[in-house]
Amino acid sequence: MGRYAVRRLLQFIPVLIGTLFLLHYLTTLSFQFNGNPVRALFGDRQPPPETIAALTRAFGLDDPCLSQPGNPCVGMFVERVGGYLRGDFGVDFNLQPVTDLITRAAPVTLRLTLLAIVFESVVGILAGVIAGLRKERFADNLVRISTVLVISVPIFVVGVLTQIIFGLYIGNWVRDRTESETMEAIFSISYQSDHPWASLIIPSMVLGATSLGIIARMTRTELIESLRSDYVRTARAKGLKPTRIVGIHALRNCLIPVVTLIGIDIGGLMAGALITEGIFNIPGIGGLVFRSVRTGETPIIMAVVPLLVLVYLIASLLVDLLYAVLDPRIRYE
Amino acid sequence: MPESDILQAGTPADSKAVASLYFDTTAPLLDVQELRVDFQTKEGVAHAVNGVSFTLEAGRTLGILGESGCGKSVTAQAIMGILDSPPARVVGGKVLLSGVDLLTLNEDARRQIRANRIGMVFQDALSALNPVFTVGWQLGELFRKHRDFSRKQAKQEAVRLLDLVGIPAAGQRVDDFPHQFSGGMRQRVMIAMALALDPNVIIADEPTTALDVTVQAQIMKLLADLQAERNMGLILITHDIGVVADVADDICVMYAGREVEKADVYAIYDSPAHPYTQALLESIPRVDMKGQQLASIQGLPPNLTSMPSGCAFHPRCRFARERCREDTPPLYTVTPGRLSACHFFQEVLDS
Amino acid sequence: MSSSSPVTEAPGAIPPETPVRGRGPTSGSIWKDARHQLSRNPVFVVCSLVVLVVVSWALFPQLWTSLGKLECDININRTPPSWFPGKTQPGYDADLDGYVLGTTTLGCDMYSQIIWGARPSIVVAVIVTAMTALVGTTLGLVAGYYGGWVDTVISRITDIFLGLPFLLGAVIFLALLKSQSIWAVILVLVVLGWTQMTRIVRGTALSLRDQDFVEAARAMGATNGRIILRHILPNALAPIIVLCTIYVGSFIAAEATLTFLGVGLKPPEVSWGITIAQGQDFAVAGFPHLLVFPCIVLVVTVLSFILMGDALRDALDPKGR
Repeated sequence: MGRYAVRRLLQFIPVLIGTLFLLHYLTTLSFQFNGNPVRALFGDRQPPPETIAALTRAFGLDDPCLSQPGNPCVGMFVERVGGYLRGDFGVDFNLQPVTDLITRAAPVTLRLTLLAIVFESVVGILAGVIAGLRKERFADNLVRISTVLVISVPIFVVGVLTQIIFGLYIGNWVRDRTESETMEAIFSISYQSDHPWASLIIPSMVLGATSLGIIARMTRTELIESLRSDYVRTARAKGLKPTRIVGIHALRNCLIPVVTLIGIDIGGLMAGALITEGIFNIPGIGGLVFRSVRTGETPIIMAVVPLLVLVYLIASLLVDLLYAVLDPRIRYE
Repeated sequence: MPESDILQAGTPADSKAVASLYFDTTAPLLDVQELRVDFQTKEGVAHAVNGVSFTLEAGRTLGILGESGCGKSVTAQAIMGILDSPPARVVGGKVLLSGVDLLTLNEDARRQIRANRIGMVFQDALSALNPVFTVGWQLGELFRKHRDFSRKQAKQEAVRLLDLVGIPAAGQRVDDFPHQFSGGMRQRVMIAMALALDPNVIIADEPTTALDVTVQAQIMKLLADLQAERNMGLILITHDIGVVADVADDICVMYAGREVEKADVYAIYDSPAHPYTQALLESIPRVDMKGQQLASIQGLPPNLTSMPSGCAFHPRCRFARERCREDTPPLYTVTPGRLSACHFFQEVLDS
Repeated sequence: MSSSSPVTEAPGAIPPETPVRGRGPTSGSIWKDARHQLSRNPVFVVCSLVVLVVVSWALFPQLWTSLGKLECDININRTPPSWFPGKTQPGYDADLDGYVLGTTTLGCDMYSQIIWGARPSIVVAVIVTAMTALVGTTLGLVAGYYGGWVDTVISRITDIFLGLPFLLGAVIFLALLKSQSIWAVILVLVVLGWTQMTRIVRGTALSLRDQDFVEAARAMGATNGRIILRHILPNALAPIIVLCTIYVGSFIAAEATLTFLGVGLKPPEVSWGITIAQGQDFAVAGFPHLLVFPCIVLVVTVLSFILMGDALRDALDPKGR
């Protein structure tokens, strides 16, 4: 375990630096070709040059290398990573630290993601197990068709359609029949801060839908494979109950790749949160980026996206370590 | 342990279904009669086992011999009741364990028979053991689920068993995972698992095939010793006629889902009464035949969905005549207790 | 997945461990078998018909609609078709015959907007797919065939790009690029989308490299370039084609997603993503047709490409039979 963890950590650091640099270089390139983004913030207005200069400095975009197309601006990159290490992710348009915005928004996104992960793993694994046990029968075909559907349909389409179906039509039907505020919050078309969990339930289902499909398919394939394996035959020869054979012996092996998948998928969930939070008007980190994109607040996008990438990379590292915990064959390599 | 003790006292965790069964101590330990197993495949129905019969007494070892695909493993799994169905289906026959027909029992009772009364050793221990649980856990599971032992007691039992099958430092190795053991040691773990609940019968399906020759001998000796010590019935399934020679009391040779010859081990080695047995014997490398061409059996075992007419072996048989293509040979009694499914067994015996 | 990460989890992707094995450089029979099998697969036939129709929208929109791309009347905006539930615009009673799918937020005919909207989606998806296939195949073949440090460098760069979640990367660059042209979208999708193709082709090339027919070619003095082009590439073609089919669907979804987020195409361009984005706010206010029709078209198109890829994979994978 120790050696595996160290090796993974050593592989992780260059990828982390590489990805952050890639992000940095591509943003730098776009500034070099597009000109100072600060000027663009004002649109048609002509602010005094001092204001522009002050803002440019505040956003850390005053490096002369930004006027040399192709220059990777290594100095800026080092400074930025240094800032990340100190917990400094830059300032927004009003010169407030972006970290403040993030601390306010993070709990909402955390709740949404948590609900999504619970939803996709519980329903996904369950559907996969049912399909795997009833191979090539009705339940299996149903699961297979519906998973292709949720995997293929873009998440924003799922989002907007869910919003009208559940928020509007079913929502109206519910609102006509119940006094319960929680029920109304569940079927509302947008986030309600009075019901921080209930009003996130449906958005979290939208967010988890794609992964649910992938998880269900993977569980199904792995379970079918596992049920054919020799160790399941041994478990049967041991006179164990069928529930135990499937639930402990087969499933424990299937869940290793499935858990990994759930972990890797955190990147997808963050991108999905951007869309889901945008559609359902949720004041989380994704909603922050969504609104910043629409209003052209580049400093916020530039601060938040690297942070999300950082979270994603660290999550994938943790998942790799978790893999080792789950699979003894790797642990004792 | 005397056989009657085991059979009279229902094991503590036996469900009512099993406890109420009357195991007749005077009946043969395991009596398989006319067992038939079909496989539903895309090409049609494959008759994997076509009426196999044999008897196993306590303290005896029966070797089931044949090429791969002749139905040996299917027979074993049908006795255990662990065939995958579908596609497999037991379509006829009886499996009598001390007089009780296992095929008529309900699933719950059958489940209780497994491991408690019939243990099984599989071929490839690496894939037959679950990779994500420690061997101690996998052994202990039997005691926890069948005997309601606590985790601690179950682990003690696991250590005792590992010690019994000759695994050094059992106390430490009990917490190791299967992949941390060598091939021979893993097979010992498999044997420990089959023995755990003191079954009356052990079925070993190619227990030494995946092992080195030296380790093979150790494992066979271990199996033979344990069997003698506990007065169990042992069914030894193998394609390697050399493996059974030292250990088996009786031999049953199978071909294309049927038994073709049945005899005690000396008689078979002395003079086989079926051309297939003869061919198998000739294909063993022998020191005194050094330098000569090693005989092999021409052709392949038949396709089980379209069996040849008459005697299934006739396309590969050097004694084959017109009659073999038309009449399926019954099991002729060669001498009392010795059977052969060949019209011309006398000719084979004399050759 | 198509919206969040079309490059990481293509559902029908052939895993790199299962290339078309053991066939020599002339593997004509596998294509013939595949064609035979595909022509009898109803899913494939239906999906390819859908794809044909959508492609013809993109190529010849005038064949399908007589209305121009921007021929709209803001006075009749958001009118649902008479057969579809929804509010009608108060105070408007113009003759709506001919608007079978109603009108859009800007008062354009929904049907013709959907027809015109196919072009940017298909153009983006096809160009991006072609370019990712070119980049991915080249890098993958080189990495897999030569191995050694070349492979190490290419694989590490791939890892770094995979560290960037697809949609997040696309959003930040497009937001910064400002010039929201079709070319900006194509550029960003290619820059972020070449990784999975590279990985898969690399795996295939790696497993083909040591096969006998390659050894034989090498023994006969073929140059590396010739071996790659004449022996490795034809055998790696099946997974590449399958992946490309799925990619077209995924990139259509990706383009629509980016446009919906406001970083992709912008009006006066007409595209499905734009129509959906414009319809979203009003759909909740009681005009569901603004969303339902373009969503259905988008979903059916994406699904057709992906199912087509799935069917192709089944047909081209000799092990699957």
